[in-house]
Amino acid sequence: MKICLSSTGKGIESKLDIRFGRCQYFVIVDTETNEAKAIYNKGADSPQGAGVTAADTVLEQGVDVVITGNVGPNAMKLLSKGDIEIYKGTENSLKDNIEKFKEKSLNKITKSVKAHSGLKNRWDR
Amino acid sequence: MNISVLSGKGGTGKTTISTNLAVRLTTKGYKTQYLDFDVEEPNGFIFLKPQIKNREDVAVKVPQIDEDLCNGCGLCAKKCNFNAISVVKGKVVLFEKLCHSCGLCSIICPQKAVTETDRVIGKIEKGFNGKLITYRGILNIGEPMGVPIIEKLQEQTKSDYINIIDSPPGSSCNVVHSIEGSDYSILVTEPTKFGLHDLKIAVKVVEKFNIPYGVVINKSQQDNIIEDFCNKNNIKIIAKIPFDRKIAHKYSKGDLLINDEKIASIFDSIISEVVEVD
Repeated sequence: MKICLSSTGKGIESKLDIRFGRCQYFVIVDTETNEAKAIYNKGADSPQGAGVTAADTVLEQGVDVVITGNVGPNAMKLLSKGDIEIYKGTENSLKDNIEKFKEKSLNKITKSVKAHSGLKNRWDR
Repeated sequence: MNISVLSGKGGTGKTTISTNLAVRLTTKGYKTQYLDFDVEEPNGFIFLKPQIKNREDVAVKVPQIDEDLCNGCGLCAKKCNFNAISVVKGKVVLFEKLCHSCGLCSIICPQKAVTETDRVIGKIEKGFNGKLITYRGILNIGEPMGVPIIEKLQEQTKSDYINIIDSPPGSSCNVVHSIEGSDYSILVTEPTKFGLHDLKIAVKVVEKFNIPYGVVINKSQQDNIIEDFCNKNNIKIIAKIPFDRKIAHKYSKGDLLINDEKIASIFDSIISEVVEVD
């Protein structure tokens, strides 16, 4: 099974980014081989439609499960059309979140948050 | 001649100045149009109470996919600059509100499966207040982009008329598009820290476009905060509307101010400063 996590860094020791569309990296872990690879999320610096770009990136990778914090409306639409299960992670390491997922202690996300929720500090100039 | 009225800060009196100025110009015999460019909250008609003669939808182009022709290749999704298209499991998913109507998808589709169709985002109303021609743009609630309506309003300006452009607040795309091509900008402010803060932004905007401009202080009382800034930067204060309970009362009822001769003379001085220069 392939799990995709929204991440602040490239390795599984990195912290989970609770934003789906605007996270810097997606780390994809194959639970059979335990291999992990990081891909850059072009949605992170997209002027608009970050969730669409991010979801496209994830869908291309053929993953089964996404672990993140919050998913916006557009990304939610695409991920559910792609039959990807989404789980609510915590702001700890990816490793920790994978363990929790394997123990089945993460909850499924079925509802999106508002658009633009991931635009952190947007009023700071 | 196009005269835009802007402020940065909301609630300083853009619409008060625009509507009264437009009616006063008409009274003085100038061929005048009032155009409400504040498409998110076009409230100038409250004061002008025009008879609406014409309503016209404003639409933008969005792609339409012929599912029989589409083979799910995903080229449209890859090339879309605005992330408005995605292809999941061989099927196109459209995000119409992200679309900027560039038409690229319909040009590049190898299957010729993409055509463009209209999506209504708002409307323009035209009416009359006596001889004054009035327009307002209305953006439908929940629509993210007002610029297509603003561009349609720009098309209504007439070169042989004085066009009073009641701009939106702020300094974003909507404002920039509404002041484009202005011959003069009136910056309306109030003597508060908030007024000054946003006036500075508005000044930067009009200077970027090299539009001649002057400042009107509304709710004028203790004006040092604005006067100091204007004197320091060589900006002309062209008029002051006093902070007066009677004015506030009229405003709250949706009445114009220029029935009062004193106020009318303030607008006459704006007209002589802005319009009657040789």
